[in-house]
Amino acid sequence: MTDLVNLNIDGKAVKVPQGMLLIEAAKRAGIEIPQFCYYEGLTLQAACRMCLVEIEKAPKLTEACTTPVAEGMVVHTDSPTVATARKTMLEFLLANHPLDCPVCDKGGECELQDMVFRYGVGESRFTEVKYHVDEKQWSPVVFYDGPRCILCYRCVRVCDEGLGVGALGIINRGVVSEIAPNMGDHLECDECGACIDICPVGALTSGAYRYKTRPWEMEHVGTICTHCSNGCKTTLGVRDGAIVRANNRDRSGINGEFLCVKGRYAFDFVEHEERLRSPLMRKGGELEEVSWAEALATVAKKFAEVKERGGKFGVIGSNHTTNEENYYLHKFVRDGLGGENIDHHRTGDVAGLIDALAGRADALATVGDLYTTKAILVIGSDLAQQHPLLSYQIRANKRHHDAHVYVVTPGPVREDNYSVRSVRGGLEAIGPLADALKAEPGLVVLFGDSVKGDAVRQLVAFGDSLGIPVKYVALVDYSNSRGAADVSQAAGLAYEQILSASDLDVFWVVGANPLKDHALGSQNAFVVVQEMFLTETAKRADVVLPASSAYEKTGTVTNVTGEVQRLKAGPKVMGTKSDLEIFGLIQKEMGLNLGIWKPDNVLDEMRKTTRGRLPVAAPESIRSARDTLFTSGSLGRYSKVLNAVMEGPGLIYGLPVSGKSQ
Amino acid sequence: MIFPPELEARFDKMLKAYPEGRQRSAVIPMLMYAQDAIGMVTPELVQEVARRCGVTALQVDEVVGYYTMLHRKPFGRHHIQVCTNISCMLRGGEELLAHASKRLGIGNREATADGQFSLEEVECIGACSWAPALIDNYEFHHSVTPEKLDQLIDSLQKKAQ
Repeated sequence: MTDLVNLNIDGKAVKVPQGMLLIEAAKRAGIEIPQFCYYEGLTLQAACRMCLVEIEKAPKLTEACTTPVAEGMVVHTDSPTVATARKTMLEFLLANHPLDCPVCDKGGECELQDMVFRYGVGESRFTEVKYHVDEKQWSPVVFYDGPRCILCYRCVRVCDEGLGVGALGIINRGVVSEIAPNMGDHLECDECGACIDICPVGALTSGAYRYKTRPWEMEHVGTICTHCSNGCKTTLGVRDGAIVRANNRDRSGINGEFLCVKGRYAFDFVEHEERLRSPLMRKGGELEEVSWAEALATVAKKFAEVKERGGKFGVIGSNHTTNEENYYLHKFVRDGLGGENIDHHRTGDVAGLIDALAGRADALATVGDLYTTKAILVIGSDLAQQHPLLSYQIRANKRHHDAHVYVVTPGPVREDNYSVRSVRGGLEAIGPLADALKAEPGLVVLFGDSVKGDAVRQLVAFGDSLGIPVKYVALVDYSNSRGAADVSQAAGLAYEQILSASDLDVFWVVGANPLKDHALGSQNAFVVVQEMFLTETAKRADVVLPASSAYEKTGTVTNVTGEVQRLKAGPKVMGTKSDLEIFGLIQKEMGLNLGIWKPDNVLDEMRKTTRGRLPVAAPESIRSARDTLFTSGSLGRYSKVLNAVMEGPGLIYGLPVSGKSQ
Repeated sequence: MIFPPELEARFDKMLKAYPEGRQRSAVIPMLMYAQDAIGMVTPELVQEVARRCGVTALQVDEVVGYYTMLHRKPFGRHHIQVCTNISCMLRGGEELLAHASKRLGIGNREATADGQFSLEEVECIGACSWAPALIDNYEFHHSVTPEKLDQLIDSLQKKAQ
């Protein structure tokens, strides 16, 4: 227990732990001290001078953001001197500020506006001509308007400390100071847009959002990002049924305010012009638009007929669809069609890990554990590219708790910059780390797709031999890979076998693109595909049913660390239906009675019925999609932003990944 | 980028002088010495200092942009720095600067065509007791008058011939 310090702020007795900053102590006492540059979680800057307060017996005003509390301190935040200081600071900040609030993206949610409204004066004594520089574009997603900038360094620090990129700096000095990108006239970075979100004013603006709307005209829909497996909450700004922005400024969700380029910008696939908005059916060799009624009737008739004559179904499920959809699909295949050949692309050995842990549920790490556990071991993954939130959490852990990071990867990764040990190699290279790891109070091990099957058991045995609490994360790739593995029950043909089988009568694919790199063995099968776009797999279909994306539906998804989170529907894309609704309508058409197809009802049923161990997948079928920050499976092709940034398709272990879009 | 041997030795010593992990402290002195050797701060120098001190090139650029004694274009062989801060201003520093500008035919932070001289107005150089003062490269000249400035420039020009 740290010692408590007694102090007095504005006549209120306050008792806080030693070492706490005055600005935080005031916040605890319910007293607001205005601030721009002070930002929880980032290093101190003391640049904006908005937080000046009066401390008795101190010779002059002091910054509350860098002054630790002391016993007996008497502080005034509401004295006339402080009020004058705030007014003066704001007058300075506005000296060259263009006050173009009517056309500024930030207008309405601008910290400078709020501060001036609350603490400023209505007039300025400056009569000089304002210093102006033109706006600059640094990348497809980042614009910088210098005159609006108040030089708080938030963007510089979040890029350097939060992201570990350090792509922004401040050049020149005094009135001509400005933020500068790392490549002189443009940025080469993660393109995550954290700098834009953290900007208290409208100096950094987003290529996707700028001049689209006023903030108060949007509806804010908090849902889960549909790209990678990390499960970041992203708050969609929806206007007139279209997404215009994604961010997470309220820090809700497991990611706080973190989002990568995909979470913040790659929602644009929703409105892509190639999005399927009508069912397609093969007529005379060509796919033609048909009505939902005709498409569903055709599929139901075919399914019923094949089921009737004891034909063979092969079903590929999705890593993007919700838990409820995955569950319902399994039930459909098992109970509705009497089949058992259902599987999905497996990107990490989740089932192998759960099997190796033999019921030790407390040995599965959460995203939160990555921030609080003293030691982290990364095996076979370029986290900054493949698992950006996990990478961000580990960096924060290192900054705030001086966590020890151990890296075992085949090539260089960002974690090398702050690891205590970085070893090049695979699982065989962890042996020499054992002594160091034994001295740690706790450990989280993250492992990629190179550790599977027996190797997972070896890894868990290694963890057990350390004699310290060890938790694990089996890294998987897509937004609901973990959930897909969790509901997987069938004991029939596996993924590759379904694709290779030559005797399927029906090949049904839901939200996946297996034919992108695999030929279909059953040339004569009736192919049904539920998809958002005409992918390689959809092109091969006899019936294509246009599906909603995760941003247009409700339900739950499970992230890489097994955390189950709810989706909330934002926009609505005309002509599409959620996969769950499609299943429901097909089974209804077939006259089956598989239960209500509303997400909440299905979730209730899952809670009651889902039990037992997961079937372990064959190790050879497990392979990562090797998506980077700038690719997202087949979905990434349909995000213009991901294809526009020059960093794409990105590097893993410092090496280019093959192909622009996977 | 390789510097003359004595400078390399100086940089080696400099990097070891700071505690482990604080090598970025060497950015300013390294830039100063290297600028004297090269004549200006080039983009290559920025890259090199960044590499040696373990910071990004942008972080070195921040420093170069901030400090006026670091310059990205070549100055003259003799960089005349005239103080116009309070003490010097009261005792004729501004007139001295105006005289130097007229005599050399160049403005503030400019160099003569022959590369002999450059001129800069500077803030306090710590020679208030002998104001007005100026510095020629690293050499101080005290209680300077326009006449004494002319003599200085004459002698420097003569030396160059």
